[in-house]
Amino acid sequence: MERMPKWADVILTPLISLVLAFALSALLILAIGESPAEALKVVVQGALGSSYGWGFTLYYATNFIFTGLAVAVAYHAGLFNIGGEGQAAMGGLGVALVVLALPWPHWALALPAAAVGAALMGALWALVPAWLQARRGSHVVITTIMFNFIAAALLNYVLVNLLRPVGSMDPASASFPAATHLPKLSEMALALGVEWGRNTPANISFFVAVAACLLVWLLIWHTRRGYEIRAFGKSATAVRYAGISALRITVLAMLVSGALAGLMAVNNVMGEAERLVLNAVEGAGFIGIAVALMGRNHPLGVLLAALLFGFLYQGGGELALWTSIPRELIVVIQALVILFTGALDNMVRMPLERLFMALRRKGA
Amino acid sequence: MTAAPAIELRGISKAFGPVQANRAIDLVVPRGTIHGIIGENGAGKSTLMSILYGFYRPDAGQILIDGKPVAIADSQAAIRAGIGMVFQHFKLVPNFTVLENVVLGAEDGRFLRRSLARARGELKRLAAEYGLQVDPDALVEDLSVGHQQRVEILKALYRRADILILDEPTGVLTPAEADHLFRILRSLRDEGKTIILITHKLREIMQITENVSVMRRGEMVASVRTAGTGPAELAELMVGRKVLLRVEKPLARPGAPVLEVQGLRMVDAEGVERLRGIDLAIRAGEILGIAGVAGNGQTQLLEILGGYPPAGATLSGEIRLGGRPLPLAGSQGRARRRAGIGHVPEDRQAEGLIMDFTAWENMAFGYQDAPQFQRGPLMDNAALRADAMGKIARFDIRPPDPDLAAKSFSGGNQQKIVVAREVERDPDLLLVGQPTRGVDIGAIEFIHKRIVALRDAGRAVLLVSVELDEIMALADRILVMFDGRIMGERLPAEATAAELGSLMAGVEPARADAGGIAG
Repeated sequence: MERMPKWADVILTPLISLVLAFALSALLILAIGESPAEALKVVVQGALGSSYGWGFTLYYATNFIFTGLAVAVAYHAGLFNIGGEGQAAMGGLGVALVVLALPWPHWALALPAAAVGAALMGALWALVPAWLQARRGSHVVITTIMFNFIAAALLNYVLVNLLRPVGSMDPASASFPAATHLPKLSEMALALGVEWGRNTPANISFFVAVAACLLVWLLIWHTRRGYEIRAFGKSATAVRYAGISALRITVLAMLVSGALAGLMAVNNVMGEAERLVLNAVEGAGFIGIAVALMGRNHPLGVLLAALLFGFLYQGGGELALWTSIPRELIVVIQALVILFTGALDNMVRMPLERLFMALRRKGA
Repeated sequence: MTAAPAIELRGISKAFGPVQANRAIDLVVPRGTIHGIIGENGAGKSTLMSILYGFYRPDAGQILIDGKPVAIADSQAAIRAGIGMVFQHFKLVPNFTVLENVVLGAEDGRFLRRSLARARGELKRLAAEYGLQVDPDALVEDLSVGHQQRVEILKALYRRADILILDEPTGVLTPAEADHLFRILRSLRDEGKTIILITHKLREIMQITENVSVMRRGEMVASVRTAGTGPAELAELMVGRKVLLRVEKPLARPGAPVLEVQGLRMVDAEGVERLRGIDLAIRAGEILGIAGVAGNGQTQLLEILGGYPPAGATLSGEIRLGGRPLPLAGSQGRARRRAGIGHVPEDRQAEGLIMDFTAWENMAFGYQDAPQFQRGPLMDNAALRADAMGKIARFDIRPPDPDLAAKSFSGGNQQKIVVAREVERDPDLLLVGQPTRGVDIGAIEFIHKRIVALRDAGRAVLLVSVELDEIMALADRILVMFDGRIMGERLPAEATAAELGSLMAGVEPARADAGGIAG
């Protein structure tokens, strides 16, 4: 028998965790002599109060959807991919190479090609850790972290020595040609006659991310490979009995995971920066871990959690801009959200389960 | 008060939601006796013992220890009341020594030295007194299962337990280890300890207990003196109806050979030769039983035939299915299934099922790539569910809920899920390992019938079991394995338990005793 109803498991528990995290954040803000109510107003206003705020919130959320899905897919195979950062960075390289290699006539052609490039590079960056895990038992947590550093160093070299236009002082690639610029959500809204989110980076990649959620859901719960991935994640011994190859599943899950992380570059590199710069990922790979944790590794949960973290990211930026609350405190608040929704999940879950069991007993 | 019983339970009741796990249970266990508690899976035995050990609080009722009412709020209170528990799944730290495990949670002070020294002396005394020899400095992970169980008993005794509860203690033991355990239990009883033995093996009850209580559906249906009852009566009390302890089956009509194994050898990753040249053949329409004490190569034989030899093993020899040779090395599980080999593995929880998967997902496990479960690039979950619903109905799996996780089913119903999946594929050859281990009597009967029905439909069955009764009842021919070899072949009608027992022990009986059976 289930300990508590599903809605309590997937909605109520994270919601209570979130309230607890915000309550503690409020105390912190009080402690440094600022008003929590004022801070909350600034955050909500800044992230959701205008279409401008929404434009940024959705842009950040798009990044987090990709990296969150990446962590979730690997998790279903019992693998902890914390190399999203490096895989997304390599995805950026893939995008830059594809976009700069050919004179693309139109973004609609460049987008699928760049997406393939991003996914391939991300997948490639996950392949070596996957193979090492399956064949040599080198733990994927260790190797994917190492590969984050290797990716950073490699990008540094490539940008400074290979992709940097002649005469430029900036360690960045050339700007992408205008024909490859992705439509911003603001432009799409304008085409529909709506003034929405002017000068915000949210772009068509958001819909690519939502489509990725759907595809991951299909993959994990509605395909044979997804079934095998989940089976492998639950029981390595049973999978041996069933004749499912651990090597194949490990590699497959990590390839998909790395490809998803790589796809993030469609948003931040192609959609926003429109050129490849150093440290383009800005920690989104790591936030993906929290997003997947909070989203229970389900694509819908990842989507919602990514929106929440997008909101925190944008609102936090506004907080630093408009109040004397230091930038560091915003990081602390984000950390508290991660701590409560991820690591301290059982602290809320277990009393809640007891409550529901008691309620049921009374009802019976 | 000279003869207050060690334990007296009065009207213990416990409900989990709508399920009444224990209903007004009365139980009296006199001091210095071995008391059996028997019942099918889900009858409420474990709940009752968990109440006694302080894991659950009863909704109603009273517990008396030595005639005095006690409240057992947690396991610490149970230990203070002199109750020790040996769980079916041991609670030991594998990379601690025996001594460290015994002391864990019962340290005398901040520093371990004194506790360890005291425990060492105490262990020596207990070993001498009860025949509980274990090397105190051995790592638990290096010990055999039987020795690990001794450590559990030592832990309880070290905490001065006067009452010892053992939950299915022989489920994981070889017959020899079980015999040794029983000797230990008898000597504990003779020293005045009180022992409660939870089991569903009737033979053990008859062999060792003074009194036996039978539970059924949360109620205590009978408490009797063991000497005044018999296995048939107990079995009937347990299930509430007559059970066929013997399997009704028509005469075998063996056909052409389905599986032929020749000179199969296997050396494992540590260089130990586990199979030393196995030759066997199974014909269509017969059940070949492999008897033997656990750990004599049966597991490895099943794994190799099932297509997943142990990692790092070196194999040689030949396996032919329907005359065609099968490749030996590598992961062959998928190919074996396609070739028509079904497999009910020995360990359903680790291999046969994904415990977190639902029943309907498990009903396709291993066959997830079967064409009837696909719809274009996607899996046809509706077809999977429909298939599962049919199996649940035909195999009377309870509760009949395909969305329930496998771990939420009782052992017998879990096994039915595996058997349903493998049998209904109608394989040419069915490999069956310990089909009824930890399964209640009702389900045992059902599973046996299904295996016999498969054989009557002209399929070949390889049955591996450490339960000699099961082999004798089901098999058409019996091979006995010992130390990676086939010691001999017997027909169940002509073989005696004693003869098979000596083969299982590696002793070749004199040819004159073998009754002229040609090899």
